[in-house]
Amino acid sequence: MANVIAKLDDVTLKYGDRVVLRNCSLDIEENSITCIIGMSGAGKSTILRLLDGLRRPDAGHVYVRGQDICHMRESELIELRTKIGFSFQFAALFDSMTVGDNIALPLREHTSLSEDEIREVVLHTLESVGLEHTYDNMPSELSGGMLKRAGFARAVVTNPDLVLYDEPTTGLDPIVTHLLTDTIKRLRQQLNSTAVVISHDLQSIYMMADYVAMLFEGAVIEYGTVEEVQRSANPIVQQFLQGSEVGPIPL
Amino acid sequence: MNEVENPAEIVERASVRGLEGIGRKVNSFFEYIGGITTLGGEAATTVGRLRIRFAETVNQCYLLGYQSLVIVLLTSLFTGMVFSLESAVQAVQYGFGNFVGGIVSYTNVRELGPMLTAVVVAGRVCAAIAAEIGSMVVTEQVEALQSLGLAPVRFLVVPRLLALMIMLPLLTVFADVVGIYGGMWIAHAQAHISYDDFMSSARQTIGFEDVVKGLFKALVFGILIALVGSYQGLTTKGGAAGVGKSTTGAVVICIILIFIFNFVMSYFLYGGG
Repeated sequence: MANVIAKLDDVTLKYGDRVVLRNCSLDIEENSITCIIGMSGAGKSTILRLLDGLRRPDAGHVYVRGQDICHMRESELIELRTKIGFSFQFAALFDSMTVGDNIALPLREHTSLSEDEIREVVLHTLESVGLEHTYDNMPSELSGGMLKRAGFARAVVTNPDLVLYDEPTTGLDPIVTHLLTDTIKRLRQQLNSTAVVISHDLQSIYMMADYVAMLFEGAVIEYGTVEEVQRSANPIVQQFLQGSEVGPIPL
Repeated sequence: MNEVENPAEIVERASVRGLEGIGRKVNSFFEYIGGITTLGGEAATTVGRLRIRFAETVNQCYLLGYQSLVIVLLTSLFTGMVFSLESAVQAVQYGFGNFVGGIVSYTNVRELGPMLTAVVVAGRVCAAIAAEIGSMVVTEQVEALQSLGLAPVRFLVVPRLLALMIMLPLLTVFADVVGIYGGMWIAHAQAHISYDDFMSSARQTIGFEDVVKGLFKALVFGILIALVGSYQGLTTKGGAAGVGKSTTGAVVICIILIFIFNFVMSYFLYGGG
C-alpha cells in the first residue's frame, strides 16, 4: 500500500448545532487522485478545509505528512499551506488583480525569485492550463472554465505536494468538464503530487480517480478504487451512483 | 381536552425567554468587543514586525483619504459657516463680537473638525471597507488568501488601518482650516467682524496643544473606522444580503462609537476628569 500523505482520524465537526462530520476517518494516498463524492451539504468541502487547516475539528485529528495540524499555531499553518494548493469552487481569484498577478502572488510572498523569474514561472504555469494569453486579463474578463483553470494555475504554481480541488467541474459544459478533468490528471503527473477532488460529476470521477470515498451523514461509508465502489453492496452507494430517487437516501 | 396552563408558568417561561434574550445580546456585545480588540492586536503585531505592504498602504491612502477630501472640505466649510452665522450676529448684539473668532476656531479645532471629519469619512469609507472585505469573504477570496499562506490581517486590514491613521489627521487639518476660514468669512459678511479681529481672537484662544489633541482624536477615529469596517467585513455571513447587512452595521456602529469615544476623549483630554 502507498504512503498516506494526509489523514482524517475520527473527526467530528459542527457548524452551530448541526453536525457536519461525525467520527469521520479517511486516508489520502500519496501520488494518487482521491475523489470525494456525496450529497450536497454532506461535508465534502469541509474535509478540504480541514486538510488545509482552514477549519479545526471539534474532535479527532487531522494529519498532513504525519503532523497533527489541529493544534498548530497560525504561523505553522501558514508554513504548511505553502505546500498545499487549493482550487476553490468559484476559483476565488482576487478581482482587483490581473490573472498574472493572482498567480504570481504566492511566488512574490514566499520565494526570493526576481520579477523576471516570477513572470517566467507564471507564464509556464498558465501555459500548462492553456491560458498563457490571459496574463494581463482581469478575472472578470474570463469565462467560467477559464476562471477554474486560472484557479488551478494559482493552486499549483508553488509545486505543492497536495492539491485540493473543490468542485472543479460544477456548472460547466461537457467539453470544458473533460478538459478540466484532463488538466487535473496531467497536473498531478507533472507535479508528482497528490490530488483530492470534490465532485458530483461521476463521468469525470471515473476518468481521473484512483480512489473514491463516499460521504454520507458526516462519515465515509465507502472507500476504494472506482471499480470497488461501483461494485459496492451498500444500497446508499448504489442509489447515489445510479442517481435514483428510490432508495435509503432521504430526499 | 386542552389543558389550561397555569398563568404563573406562562409568566415564568416568558421571563426565562426574556432573560435568555438579554443574555444573548450581552454575549454578542462582548463577543464583538473581543473580536475588534483581537483584530486590533493582530494588526498592531503585524505593524510592529514591520510586515507592511507599503504600495497597498499608499493606494489605500489615496482611495480612503484623498478621495474623501472634497466631501470633508464641503461639510467643514458649511458647518464652520453656519456656526459663525448663528453666533456672530448674536455676539455682536451683546457686545462681544471680538470673541467670535475664538469661539469658532476653538470649537472647530477641538470638536467639530475631528468629529465631523470622522463621521463623514466613516459614512463613506467604513461602508466601503466592510463591503469590499465582505464581498471577498462571500466569494471565498479571504479563504483563498489563507490557503496561499497569507494572513488576511496583513493583506487587508493593516494597509487600511495605516492609511486611515495617516489620512484622518491630515483631513482634519484641512477641515479645521476650511471651517475656520468659512466662519471668518461669514462673520465678516453678516456681522461686520474684521478678518484681523477674527484671526487675533482665534490666535489668543487656541493653542498648539488644542490642535494636537484634536489630531489625536482624529487618529483614534481613524483606527476605529478601519477596525470596525474590517471586522464587519471579515465576519460577513451569507451572500449579497450578508454584505449589505455588514455594510449598514459598519456605518451605524462606527458612528455611534465615534460619538462615544469623542465624549470620553474630550472628558479626559480637556480636563473633565
